Amino acid sequence: MDRVPILKIGDILLVSIQVDLQDHIALALQEDLGDKIVATSARGVLIDISALEIVDSFIGRMLSTIASISRVLDAETVVVGMRPAVAITLVELGLSLGGVRTALDVDRGMAMLAASTEVRDDELEPDEHGAIDTVSAPGD
Amino acid sequence: MPTPVVVESGEIHEIHTDADVVRVRQAARTLALSAKLSLVDQTKLVTAASELARNTLVYGGGGRATVEVVRLGPRRGVRAVFVDEGPGIPDLDLALTDGWTSGSGMGLGLSGARRLVDEFEVSTDVGTGTTVSVVKWTR
Repeated sequence: MDRVPILKIGDILLVSIQVDLQDHIALALQEDLGDKIVATSARGVLIDISALEIVDSFIGRMLSTIASISRVLDAETVVVGMRPAVAITLVELGLSLGGVRTALDVDRGMAMLAASTEVRDDELEPDEHGAIDTVSAPGD
Repeated sequence: MPTPVVVESGEIHEIHTDADVVRVRQAARTLALSAKLSLVDQTKLVTAASELARNTLVYGGGGRATVEVVRLGPRRGVRAVFVDEGPGIPDLDLALTDGWTSGSGMGLGLSGARRLVDEFEVSTDVGTGTTVSVVKWTR
C-alpha cells in the first residue's frame, strides 16, 4: 500500500494509520489531506495513531504539519490513540507536537471536534459579513 | 579485567530507501522483544534506530545497520550500529545540539536518539563517513 486512506464522516475526515509509515507515504498523506479538506469542505481532521508502535521526529513533524495545513484551510486537527510508551518516548526525544490537539480515543476526539466546530459556527454572524453564506452553507 | 560483551544474535540490513528504514525499525523491534526489554525501552530503542537509520539514508547517502542482541554478565540488551561512507560530520558537538540541522529535519535525530539509549558513540571523519553505535540494556 502506498497511500493512507482518508474517510469522510459528516464534515470530518478520519485517518487511521494502520501501517508502519514510510517517509514518502507520510508526505503523501499531508498532500492528500490538504486536497481532501478543500474538496470536501471538511471542518475537522481526526488522525488515529493507535496502531503506531513509534512516532519518531519525522512522523511527529508530519502530525504538526498536518495540523498547521488544516488550520490554514479552516479545519481543526485532533490526534487520537497515542500509546503511553509512544508518548513517553516522544517527550524524551524532545518533540512537543506543537499546535497538535490530542484526545485519548476516537470518541473523545470526535466530541472535541464537534464542540470546536460548533463554537466556530456560533461565532459567525451572517448579517455582518456578506461572504459567509458562501462559506458555511452546506447543510449544518 | 572488564567482562566482555557477548553477541548472541544479529542481523545486517542495507539502508538505501525509505522501506529499508522501516525494515531496520522492525528488526530492532524483534530483537528488543527477544532481549526482553520493557515496552517503553523497546519503543525508545526502535525510535532511536528509526532516527539513526534515517540519518544514514538522508545525510550519509545510504549505508548499513547491524542490529544485535548482546549480553554483558547477567544483563542483555540490543546494540544497533549504523555505518555510512558519506561526507562525515564536520562539527560533531554542533550536530549533537538540539534543534541544529544541516538539512530539512527538526534537528532532533542525533541528539534525540542519544537521550533514548543507554550507550551512544559516534565516530566520524570528514570525507570518510560516520559510524553511530547505540545500546539499550534491560533494567
